[in-house]
Amino acid sequence: MSGLNLHAIKSIYFFELNRFRRTLLTGLMVPVITTSLYFVVFGGAIGSRMTEIDGIPYAAFIVPGLIMLSMFTESIFNASFGIYMPKFTGTIYELLSAPVSATETIIAYVGAAATKSLTVGLIIFATAHLFVDIHVANPFAMIAFMVLIAISFCLFGFILGIWAQSFEQLQVIPLLVIMPMTFLGGAFYSIHMLAEPWRTITLFNPIVYLISGFRWTFFGRGDVGIEFSLLFIAGMLLVCLGIIGWMFRTGYRLKK
Amino acid sequence: MASIIKISGLTKSYASGHVALKHVDLEIEEGEIFALLGPNGAGKTTMISIICGNVNPTSGTVTVAGHDIVRDYRGSRSTIGLVPQELFTDAFERVIDTVTFSRGLFGKPRNPAFIEKVLRDLSLWDKRNSKILELSGGMKRRVMIAKALSHEPRVLFLDEPTAGVDVELRRDMWLLVRQLREMGVTIILTTHYIEEAEEMADRVGVINKGELILVEEKAALMKKLGKKTLTVVLAEPLAAVPPELADWEVALKNEGQEIEYIFNTQAERTGVSSLLRTLGELGIAYKDLNTEQSSLEDIFVSLVHQEKAA
Repeated sequence: MSGLNLHAIKSIYFFELNRFRRTLLTGLMVPVITTSLYFVVFGGAIGSRMTEIDGIPYAAFIVPGLIMLSMFTESIFNASFGIYMPKFTGTIYELLSAPVSATETIIAYVGAAATKSLTVGLIIFATAHLFVDIHVANPFAMIAFMVLIAISFCLFGFILGIWAQSFEQLQVIPLLVIMPMTFLGGAFYSIHMLAEPWRTITLFNPIVYLISGFRWTFFGRGDVGIEFSLLFIAGMLLVCLGIIGWMFRTGYRLKK
Repeated sequence: MASIIKISGLTKSYASGHVALKHVDLEIEEGEIFALLGPNGAGKTTMISIICGNVNPTSGTVTVAGHDIVRDYRGSRSTIGLVPQELFTDAFERVIDTVTFSRGLFGKPRNPAFIEKVLRDLSLWDKRNSKILELSGGMKRRVMIAKALSHEPRVLFLDEPTAGVDVELRRDMWLLVRQLREMGVTIILTTHYIEEAEEMADRVGVINKGELILVEEKAALMKKLGKKTLTVVLAEPLAAVPPELADWEVALKNEGQEIEYIFNTQAERTGVSSLLRTLGELGIAYKDLNTEQSSLEDIFVSLVHQEKAA
């Protein structure tokens, strides 16, 4: 046999989407409700007392950060769950005994998780429109950026799912690392608002580059140059692919 | 017949130092039913897991239908169907979806007619729209078999197919295995139920502590290692074994009403006729004779025992 096992990719991809479909209501309602709450609290209650940031009204300013925050956690949860569950229930035996390569496995699982997280991102974007006027400077770049973020964070989640040996380990990274880093990475403020040394320290937070880059696609400017953001995403993609490649070659926590 | 699976020098050792398989050589012929027999922890599942791709081998090679399981895993795996020992299922999936999924996973285009046939053969058609979690244990096992058969494999591995299965399902399973064999599917099953191997297998391999102790045609194995028990039902009960019968090492059973003599069927002289002659000379009358073939279980126990003694 040569070429990709397309039947397998399709099977896994739709199996995963089907899994999401079963939790469609919570899966889609939660981001809508959460976004609305953020707008009521940050946009309405606090935002009205805040000045513009870099000439952008506060309520509009937080939209990219909000989308990123949800997409980070959605991507990691979906992708890590997707591969962790078969490990947990034992059904992974079938995947391991199937004529499926690492590449096909990743395309299918990460593709499905990224599809969901992209959907959530777009829903939040649509919900935000109900609350604020947003003019996206570069819509094409915005979509491309969301796709890249979805893929790289789903790859990261996939690694977590293979690594995790308990439900707690599965949750520890997104909740205790990614979430705080996102809040401190300028999701709801510009890092220019920070005093030194915090501003310099914040530059060591990789999330800053992602949020800033995404904000750039909206407003044409961010906290750091867009080239740094793209460089960072490229780096993250490569590192994740490298780790997954190694995991599949050695069978790390997949095979005995 | 041509070999469909060739295993040579297959070894598996774990980081802990535990050696699960020690240099196993084995060839499985196309179309046969091969039973791999051994106690728990003997290495049966490890061997299957390596061939199917769930465990990496430490050394040695395996080819399935000419495809190396490592270099050409696509070729080997697409010919294999695996039914693992434990019930691993996606609880929330519907039966028909999970079986259709398996077919796609193994690279085969959709074929609803074939899936229907598999489900009907396994009496699952009525349950096709049920979620797996709603099924009984026996039904779940059928689902796992249906998944393994969904991509029309040439080789089917059944790891402990009847462990914890009720009598009815066991009968069905045996029937199914025979049907599959008629269709030309090669079947390798592991079991520690000897009656299962005896009932179904063409050949039997005995594995213990990671070593393949012997591989033999079932009939030949029974013949070669089979001992028979001759029971002589006496007309008058005896109080003790007469000293003249000491050479045969007979035992008195059933309150002296029977004499039991165990002989080896492969021996040049079984000692049966001389024993009967001696009985006649001693004037011990008997009213019935009965011989019984020892079961595979007895053979197995004695093999594992020899192995321990050696």
